[in-house]
Amino acid sequence: MTYTFGLDTFGDRNGDAGGNPLSHAQTIRNVVEQGVFAEQVGVDFFGIGEHHTEEFPMPAADVVLAAIAARTERIRLGSAVTVLSSDDPVRVFQRYSTLNAISGSRAEVILGRGSSIDSFPLFGYDLADYERLFDEKATLFAELLKGGPVTWEGKTRAPLLNQDVVPHTENGAFPAWIGVGGNPQSVIRAARLGYSLALAIIGGPPARFAEYSELFQRALEKFGRAPLPVLVHSPGHVAATDEQAKAEFWPRWLDIITLVAPERGFAIPTEQSFDRETGPHGALYVGSPETVAQKIATNLRVLRATRFDLKYGMPGLTHDQLMTNIELYGNQVVPRVRELLS
Amino acid sequence: MRELTRLAVLGAGHVGPVIARLAINAGYPVAIATSGDPEDIALIAELVIPGAQPRWASDAVADADIVVLAIPLHRFLDIDPARLDGKLVVDAMNYWPASDGVVSAFQDSASSEIVAARLSGSTVVKSLNHIGYHELEDRARPHGAPDRRAMGVAGDHPAAVATISDLVDRIGYDPVRLESLRAGRALQPESPVFGVALTLPEFERAVHEDEKKHVGSLS
Repeated sequence: MTYTFGLDTFGDRNGDAGGNPLSHAQTIRNVVEQGVFAEQVGVDFFGIGEHHTEEFPMPAADVVLAAIAARTERIRLGSAVTVLSSDDPVRVFQRYSTLNAISGSRAEVILGRGSSIDSFPLFGYDLADYERLFDEKATLFAELLKGGPVTWEGKTRAPLLNQDVVPHTENGAFPAWIGVGGNPQSVIRAARLGYSLALAIIGGPPARFAEYSELFQRALEKFGRAPLPVLVHSPGHVAATDEQAKAEFWPRWLDIITLVAPERGFAIPTEQSFDRETGPHGALYVGSPETVAQKIATNLRVLRATRFDLKYGMPGLTHDQLMTNIELYGNQVVPRVRELLS
Repeated sequence: MRELTRLAVLGAGHVGPVIARLAINAGYPVAIATSGDPEDIALIAELVIPGAQPRWASDAVADADIVVLAIPLHRFLDIDPARLDGKLVVDAMNYWPASDGVVSAFQDSASSEIVAARLSGSTVVKSLNHIGYHELEDRARPHGAPDRRAMGVAGDHPAAVATISDLVDRIGYDPVRLESLRAGRALQPESPVFGVALTLPEFERAVHEDEKKHVGSLS
């Protein structure tokens, strides 16, 4: 079995050592450095999730990924996620096939809703239309990925009649995933349209998602498709020791969840709930390289997934802390997980 | 008698399958339906909700004693109210503009009151809405467990509230009865019990504090 390991960021606004937020511009430049460094320590994939807020100033992931592409050779680069419902699938395809050209066929996309609902009012979409928007646009995007002229008609954008969409890719379709939270019908849709499955697990026991992995493979069979990979995306933070990782991450986690709780219906974390989530049966990968490696290996097995993406960072963490996280992840966690799984 | 109480869960998204599973574990016969062909959810039923019968919504509702609405609120407006005539309906939906957008029909009153007004031939009870779908299953405990959590049950008809309180108890929560759908506002998004799984004393204290605040704001 071939496993791959990624790092994802939402452009979490960095802090300085004194706890003051850095500018959006400096945060974005730091993300470029972090992506370049991820390649140097052997990480397979670097992903950037679209967000539009003060704490996550990252609306143009593809631009940042292109900057990283220009300075790297091997690492795969993609969105994590692209909020397809409030975007135009033709433009998303064009931007990522351009990234694919710049990077020498290293582009990927993960399509989904993510945690970002800010793009809906920003671009004039109604959240009540979410399902229809996503379904239509994911269907069109699957057509675009095939290459060649596209004919498509729907309610969410202008129809296409035998339309050639450029730039063409050199080596066929680039990898495309649909990100799923906890909705089994989204799993079925990914299988129906031929996308790979990205399980976003941000709370509770990861093992609960094993049934989605099975549902996905069974649905692929039902639709007459070959097996496709499953990836797991979860938040975390790696430092030299469990204690240090938790001490760095906890106040940032508490701040951000407290901030978004009213909108997303999250309970305010307590030290007790944090211990549960960072423990063996929780969704957060916070700890020493060994602790995080053990947890990744266990959950990849349980979930029958072949890729793990650690969503590193949290608003307020410093660039240095993030670079240490990346260094430990690439040099220690990933080799240890490979060893545990071999 | 109780073994014959049949549930129809409408909705196979985040929430519906979780409620269906809890009800199956508690011994209820459960049918699950979406707005479409049951074939579309056959695999979901088989793998995610073993024991649930995927059916057309009209058939599931016709044979059910209790109908659970676990669909996005804006989709509720697509349902023909006549289909639910004579049924005991659990409104597990939420009007939550910050998360799902504004639905103008739900702007002005308790969301379950608006649901009840639209379903004039049904008896509506608000419940199963205020604990997140992830937690709903993890937190369920047998009757008498020391760490059992509470679940609000609000309705205008005491007998219906009693029936759903019994369901809530059987699936793993201490029911807390609220005497009207209007009082069910205490279970809505941005209320102190929404999104947190509280024990019975914590829950009662939170609802009580909230009531005092509302009374205060009216005076």
